[in-house]
Formats: sequence, structure tokens, C-alpha cells
Amino acid sequence: MASELITKYMREEHLPHIWCPGCGHGILMRDVAQAIKNLGIDQEKVCLVSGIGCASRAAGYMDFQTMHTTHGRAIAFATGVKMARPDLEVIVIAGDGDVAAIGGNHLIHAARRNIGITVIVFNNDIYGMTGGQYSPTTPTGEFGTTAPYGNIDRPFDIAVLAAAAGASYVAKGTAYHAPQTIKLIENGIKHKGFSLIDCAGICATYYGRKNKKGSAVDMMKFQRDNTITVEQAKTLPREQREGKFILGKLVENDFPEFSDEYQRIIDSLKEKKQ
Amino acid sequence: MSKRLIVNPAWCKGCGICAEFCPKKVLMIVKEKVTVANPDDCIKCGMCEMRCPDYAIYLEEAHDEE
Amino acid sequence: MKNRVLMQGNEAVVEGAIKAGMRFFAGYPITPSTEIAEQSAVRLPQVGGHFIQMEDEIGSMAAVIGASAVGTKSMTATSGPGFSLKQENIGYACMTEIPCVIVDVQRSGPSTGLPTSPSQGDVMQARWGTHGDHSIIAISPSSVEECYHLAIRCFNLAEKYRTPVIFLMDEIVGHLREGIEIDDDENIEIVERKLKQRPDTLHLPYHVCEGDDVPRFHLTGYDIRYNITGLSHGPDGFPTNNNEVAGKLVTRLMQKIEHNVDDIVQVEEKYCDDADTIIVCYGGTTRCVMSAVEQLRAKGRKVGYFRPITVWPFPEKQLAALSKKVKNIIVAEHNYGQILLEVQRIVKNCKIGFVGKVDGTVIMPDEIIKAVEEVK
Repeated sequence: MASELITKYMREEHLPHIWCPGCGHGILMRDVAQAIKNLGIDQEKVCLVSGIGCASRAAGYMDFQTMHTTHGRAIAFATGVKMARPDLEVIVIAGDGDVAAIGGNHLIHAARRNIGITVIVFNNDIYGMTGGQYSPTTPTGEFGTTAPYGNIDRPFDIAVLAAAAGASYVAKGTAYHAPQTIKLIENGIKHKGFSLIDCAGICATYYGRKNKKGSAVDMMKFQRDNTITVEQAKTLPREQREGKFILGKLVENDFPEFSDEYQRIIDSLKEKKQ
Repeated sequence: MSKRLIVNPAWCKGCGICAEFCPKKVLMIVKEKVTVANPDDCIKCGMCEMRCPDYAIYLEEAHDEE
Repeated sequence: MKNRVLMQGNEAVVEGAIKAGMRFFAGYPITPSTEIAEQSAVRLPQVGGHFIQMEDEIGSMAAVIGASAVGTKSMTATSGPGFSLKQENIGYACMTEIPCVIVDVQRSGPSTGLPTSPSQGDVMQARWGTHGDHSIIAISPSSVEECYHLAIRCFNLAEKYRTPVIFLMDEIVGHLREGIEIDDDENIEIVERKLKQRPDTLHLPYHVCEGDDVPRFHLTGYDIRYNITGLSHGPDGFPTNNNEVAGKLVTRLMQKIEHNVDDIVQVEEKYCDDADTIIVCYGGTTRCVMSAVEQLRAKGRKVGYFRPITVWPFPEKQLAALSKKVKNIIVAEHNYGQILLEVQRIVKNCKIGFVGKVDGTVIMPDEIIKAVEEVK
């Protein structure tokens, strides 16, 4: 018993999912399904690749070609898929630890290459699957089971990192702002080169509890009340930007896409032969 | 074309997000499950469906009323 | 038609792989395997295939599995340090049964060791490098011609048994240049993926038909949607914590190789018929042994050699049978005694001697001759 969207784009027999009550991942996974539906892409033409962690479990629930791979390596697996089958819409769903810690190298190099993969980050600032350790996006001063005296690391801004590495489409969404986030994911998938949509999630069970952020509802309210647009972020003074969620598109350009460029090499060699 | 609000209690984990952000306060959590407390106030905006992490509440075309 | 060409071992691998149908290569520069990446970069786009230099060894292994999962025969090449890095994903390929070929041109270790010097220190890593129980196929060439022909065999076995296959080369063979004959006729057997036929099994990617040991393929990226995962999974490809299903899966992963050793295992036995002493060797070491054996034979000594071409699964049956006919067995390898352990396990009634080297130099025929004299 589920909506048409869920029945068509998810594997109903594997639901309800394993995520905790109020987990933002459920909302974000629905956003991905809705974006693909809005674009009208054939399910057979979508290859969804994930790594390890809470977010990566999405691969088992979504009804596309799905590969649940190793920790941090989803983008590298996806690179092989895209090179071998450039006709496929290759999408990676990854958590913040998966994509920015253990998989950080693949992220920046895929962005640099501008290979036509869409990475959707379910970013909840914590390692959930292993029980609440601090991640590369946990803000300084906050707590995790491995940061019992407060985190002294400085966090990554994954979207800014991807943009600096050369990603040709970068945006930020949130679990609360579902309609806007769906649109951003849609544009990311439509975009030809490497795209990344960094989506702020909600982890009430670990992040919320460790940092006294209240319930999932409280954390959603916090997202609602503390989000500014990309345009606002540009004009606001630094103090007022601090700690805010940002919503919207950061980067969009038309750098040449990697598998297209490789095809040009293949074609030029064919011409030489003839 | 009218729409109907459907609840799937088997999938509801009782997080309360749908009830909190319903603009018309149509929904309530009773014994850790969502309940449509004020169906007449529902404006079928679909925000509950969009924010439910568990796909336990959604709007459906009400074919039987056609 | 046969063409005679002068070629390096590392180049011959690429030509063999392309003949076998390789159309994707992902790699990362590492001595002494780099020529394999270089040659793949030149050759693959010429045949409509793809080459990519990835950001690291781990990513190369991942990309190879990704490309193979959507139907493209794929290969990577590396050496010791890179082979260590690839191990987790090699385990993923074992678990998900995605065919691929990993060339390891062995060099001296541990760690960075002697990057340009020969070694065979990765034999056990090839067998047990990734965590958990699994079976594996590893093949070791001892000439440039074998680099070509056995590369084809690696792909054939990978496809047939849906497993990663390790092409366990060494610096000696990788950088050796020899004149070889390349067959471009149609007689060379090329194995393609066995695809699912029965409609009722199309949605069950890991369903095994009766009489088969290996699930047939339905490729990701075509008309049927399914899931692949490195987690324990049943025939439907979805994760499960069911202990019975998990146990069955790992058992099948072992058995699909172990039950087919007669098809997989290849050995070479030379001068063994009347021998009282045999030397066990493989890969580049064989060339030193060959010279020693010929010198000893010239002196009238009854010496032969036994060479596992398939190193894993180890040719247990063949060695056990041979050991019943001889008095002495000497193991020669460029390490501290890795295959020696297998020989000690299998051989019961012979004197066992050992010639090993770990200083980056090559075992000389004289050293083998000396060992044969001593074991007497």
C-alpha cells in the first residue's frame, strides 16, 4: 500500500526501510524518485550506485539498476559504469563520510574529470550505521561518540569542495525543503557533466541526541528557520551566514563531459583508419 | 478531480514530521502512529507526503467518487 | 595466420586481453606493470574500447568491476603495493561474482621494497589477500608467449566461473622481450558470458540452474532491473541476515572453483618420466630452473621440473601423483617459501629442499644445481 510514485520507483516489497524514525534519508530518497519521475527517464536507463553507510542502503530500495558497492568507492564504480555505458543515467547516492572521507579522492577526481555522473549526498554530519562517530562534515565543537570532548576537526563544505575540484553543476538542498530540492536534483541529473547535490539530512538518533538538537521534528524546524538562499548567502555578512543551511544552485557551466571527449578520441582513430 | 489522504500505519514510525508541518493541523500522532484527526480541514497540499520519511501517508486520486 | 613479433611481456598481456575481448582498462601507474597501462591507453580506443587512468589503485579496481557489471570485459594491472590496495574490491568482485582480470606484476617487498627487482612474494596475497573465505584463480606465465595466451585464458576463466582472476606475473616475465607468434586466426577459444534463458529466473540474478555451479548472467544496465551487493545475499540479490542463505552462498563461491579444478588447473611437467628429483617452480623462475635442469641432464642426472601454470587452485592432485614417483622435491621461488608451504602440505614421502631469494636478484642456475646436489 503506497503511492504511485513509491510503487513505481521503489521496491515496495523491501519497505519499510531500515532507517530510524524521522530519518531525513527517507525524505531525500523520495526526492530522488520524484526527480527521476519528473524527468521521465526509463527506469532501465538509470544505474544507481552506492557505497556503504546508512545513505547507501538506498540502492536496495530504489527500483533501478542498482549496485551497492564498497565504502567510499561508489563514484569509482560509477566511473566504470559510465565509461562502459555512456547511455545510462548514472547516479550515486552517498553519505557524508562515504563521499568526503574514505571516498574523498574519488569525489574530487571525478569532479575534475567532469564525468557525467550525478552525486546526491545525504549529508547528516555523522556516521550513523556505526553508531554516531563524527564525520568530515560534523561542525567544530559538536559531539560524536569519537569526539566525546567536542570535535576539533574543521568540517568540509562538500558542495564548495566539489565546485573547487571542477564539478560543472553544484547545488545544495535540505530534507525540509523537498520541492526545491527535487528541482535541484532534477537539474543535476539533466546536466551533462559531473553534478553534485549536497542535501542536508536529519539524523535525530545519533547526531541529534549527541548534540541535544531535540527530535527529528525539532531538527526539521531548525532547518526551516535557518536556511538562506545562495543569493542571500552572497550578500549577507559572514556572521549572519555562519551555521546557516544554504539552498540553491552554486555552480553551472558547460565544461566538456569526459565520456564524450573519450568518444571523440575513438572516432578520430576510426577516421584515421579509413 | 478530487484527492484522498491515505495512511499506511504499517510503515508509519511515528516521527511526527507530517503532523508538525501540516499547515492545517489535520494530522495527529496517536500511540506512535499518524491519524487523520481533522479530515475536513485537509487542503490536499501534499506536504505530508513529501516530507514523510517512510512513505506512510500520501494523496491518491479518489476514483470511486468520480 | 601467425605473425612473428618481438614483444615485451607487459605488452603481450594487453594484446592477449584485447584478443579475449577486453574493452575496458582502469589503472594507476606502478612499476613494473606500467607498460600494461600505457599499451592499453594506446590500443583500447583503436578497437572502440575505453582506457582510464584512475586517481588511485582502489578506484581502478572499482571502475573495472563497474564496467564489467554492465557487460564489458575489463582488466587492471598493478604490482605489490597496488595489489594490496585493491584487495577489498577484489573481495567485492568475488562476492558479487563479477568477472575481471587483475594483473599483478610482482616486485620485491614488503612495502615499497625494490620496485624494479623481481620477486614472487604475492603468491599468498593472491590466494588470501581479501578478507573472508572465497576461492580464487591465479595463473602465472613464464614466457612472453604465455603472457599473450594465458591472458586470454584468464578472461575465459573469469567469464566462465564469474570470478576475478589474478594474472600473477613477475618482473622477469613482465620486462622480458622475446619473439612470439601471435595467432590471429579464429581457432582461439573466446568464452562469452552465459546469459540467463529461463524467464522465471530473470529477476533472480544469483539463481543457479541445476547442473550449473555458476549463476548465469543478466547484465546490469539492460532490460531487467536488479540489485548487486557485497552483503550476504540470496538468489534475488538483496541483502539478508539469514545464516543458512549466507552459508550457502560462501560455500557455493568456494565450490564453483574447487569442483572444477580439472577444468581450471594446468601444469607443465618436463623430464619427469624417469626423474628421481623434481624442481617445483612457476613464473619467471622457471627460466632459471629450465637452464639448471638441462645442465644436470647433460651430466646424466635424472632431474625434471613441475610447473603449476595455475597457481591457484594449486595442482594438488598432479603434484601428489608425481611425488609418489620421485625421491626428492626442490621448490624454487623468488620469496621466502610460499608455494613451499603447499608442497610441504601435499608431499608426504619425499625429501623437500628449497631455493629462495628475497634480495631482488634472480636465482641462478648454479644455485639450483647446488641444491640438487645437496638434497641427495
